[in-house]
Amino acid sequence: MINNIKKLVKDFSLSELRGGLKITAKELINKKITVQYPEEKTPISPRFRGIHALRRYPNGEERCIACKLCEAVCPANAITIESEMRDDGTRRTTQYDIDLFKCIFCGFCEEACPVDAIVETQIFEYAFVGSRDGNDNIKGQFGSVITKDQLLEVGDKNKKMIDQTKLEDSKYK
Amino acid sequence: MMALWQSFVELVHELMPWFDGSIATILIILIKAIALVMPLMLVVAYFTYAERKVIGYMQLRIGPNRVGPKGWLQPIADALKLMTKEIIFPTKANIYLFLLAPILAIAPAIAVWAVIPFDEGIYVANLDISLLYVLAIGSIGVYGIILAGWASNSKYPLLGALRSASLLVSYEIVIGFALVTVVMIAGSVNLNDIVMAQKGSILHWYWIPLFPMMIIFFISALVETNRAPFDVVEGESEIVGGTHVEYSGMTFAVFFLAEYANMILMAVLAVIMFFGGWHSPFEGVPYMEAAFAWVPGIIWLLAKTSFFMFLYLWIRATFPRFRYDQIMRLSWKVFLPWTIAWIFVVALMTQLKIGPWF
Amino acid sequence: MTFDQILFYVFSFWFIASSLAMIFSRNAAKAVLFLILSFFSAASIWILLEAEFLAITLILVYVGAVMVLFLFVIKMLNIDKSTLRAKFAGYLPLGLIVAAIIIAEMTLVLGGNQFGLDVVAAPARHAADYSNITVLAMQLYTTYVYPFELAAVLLLIAIIAAITLVHRNEASRKKQSISEQVSVQAKDRVRLVSITSPKKEAK
Repeated sequence: MINNIKKLVKDFSLSELRGGLKITAKELINKKITVQYPEEKTPISPRFRGIHALRRYPNGEERCIACKLCEAVCPANAITIESEMRDDGTRRTTQYDIDLFKCIFCGFCEEACPVDAIVETQIFEYAFVGSRDGNDNIKGQFGSVITKDQLLEVGDKNKKMIDQTKLEDSKYK
Repeated sequence: MMALWQSFVELVHELMPWFDGSIATILIILIKAIALVMPLMLVVAYFTYAERKVIGYMQLRIGPNRVGPKGWLQPIADALKLMTKEIIFPTKANIYLFLLAPILAIAPAIAVWAVIPFDEGIYVANLDISLLYVLAIGSIGVYGIILAGWASNSKYPLLGALRSASLLVSYEIVIGFALVTVVMIAGSVNLNDIVMAQKGSILHWYWIPLFPMMIIFFISALVETNRAPFDVVEGESEIVGGTHVEYSGMTFAVFFLAEYANMILMAVLAVIMFFGGWHSPFEGVPYMEAAFAWVPGIIWLLAKTSFFMFLYLWIRATFPRFRYDQIMRLSWKVFLPWTIAWIFVVALMTQLKIGPWF
Repeated sequence: MTFDQILFYVFSFWFIASSLAMIFSRNAAKAVLFLILSFFSAASIWILLEAEFLAITLILVYVGAVMVLFLFVIKMLNIDKSTLRAKFAGYLPLGLIVAAIIIAEMTLVLGGNQFGLDVVAAPARHAADYSNITVLAMQLYTTYVYPFELAAVLLLIAIIAAITLVHRNEASRKKQSISEQVSVQAKDRVRLVSITSPKKEAK
């Protein structure tokens, strides 16, 4: 009986509805945490795995020695490597393709590399232009398969960022 | 100033002798109508902006902020987009009725505004039966939705139209009974007289003796205008978009305008019926009345109306959609008995002359 | 010709035209729409006669409620036109006779000799503050209070009869009791039982 009266009072004073309205009213004046993406960006971990890059030694020599460890460890079989002996007797790649449709960005290639040649950068704002091999008319963009030259170019362009993130992460390796 | 106007009138009489009497009257009515409809459409446009902003803020977002500073030009961008989009006619749709439906939706939604008093003496028409006019013309708006559902020749619009027809017929009865109590106290069906009868102070407004009726009127107004949490007519998650599914471009925009014009109308009606229309809330309060005497009545009316418009958005951001049969139950088994019972309570109060209202 | 007369002829034209269109239209939904147009024209003519309460009530009741239900029903119907046409010729003579009788009666009762300008004078214009609704209410609640109340009671009986006709066989209907659903509480649905776990017993 007393419960029924309590319930009636609760129902007819619309107490539950008022409770809901109170919550939304509180949120109305709360500070908003929206990040205005193109202008503002959230911080990225140095271990972030974005687009790949091939690095060079300070003297300009490419690091990759075509050991094919990355090709072997790649769980998605995304990496294709061909190699030959260069005139100075060192082994270098003639082809280093990563199929970005196959790649799952797991970072195993980076871990497997004995010379820290292949790395994954913090760049995630990129697009494929054209089909597999890209569109030659648009410079600086690549198709769904990224080639050795393009990988080296990414590495050269973002050398500073790559060195910085590797340095930050080196303490924990 | 008056002399200038007088000389202008004389000049007009001299140049166009035939321009007098009924033609001048009709022209003046037309000018009044335009002066009413243009700001109304602007308010509707910025009401949609306010809705997106307020609901965004309540959902911890910030709403539209890209077009113009703080997104102020968003409604204009929306209007341009809708105007330039193609109108698609579904195959086997009845094209005449398909196009007639949005017109039937918007025409009553705007025509109703003719009798709304904004201030003492500021109205397009002072009908003796303006409240009945509002109810009658407002009830025609349902044809737009029903025809849209029927003429689209598509299943979701038809379902939406069926829901809408039965809902609107049910809730018109509730609104009618709720407003009967107002008429009983005011002793008139003229909106001007109803507002004048609430003169005095904030305690003379009808929201005190008719508090349950005010709540019922506002909830029924939500149903009548197909607003959340009673938007089963559109019901995006159930019937895609209800009656609007097949409409695109300007035809859809017209439905949109009609819906929002109706929402603002219901807010104004709530103010006129229960919150003293253009009367200042400080009436009868010493010092405050004098301090706010310079504020014109129309500002008070608009301020009170904006509160109710905000309430629409607040409620939409808060509550989940009602189930269809629960809305029907609310109308026939809860609201209708309450309104009828309150008519007797009000009759008793008027006979016993309780409070300052009678 | 005054402005009022022009309006009268315009509205009368639309009244008659839409009534005819309603009878001859093949599409039931269109017929309803034409009927609504004719209601509007009739209401407009009433407003010209300063009977604005009647006019608004006509729109409120017939256009706002009754015709909505008509359209509602028409949308649910799937009319088979061929069976309707098959019986058309058979019923035609009977229909024509009935129509002729109705027209004859109407002209006799509503014709010029009953309602002509020489019999009933044109209604005089009232002053601007004349309230049609007040006068009507005065008449309804004084002179005609018993017929008015009787009509109301008749309508009430009709409502109750209609509901009882449909509202039969309560037991076999499947329906939800919403008030029960709303008032349900956690303790009605979930029973919390405390069980001593076997581990504890072992110790």
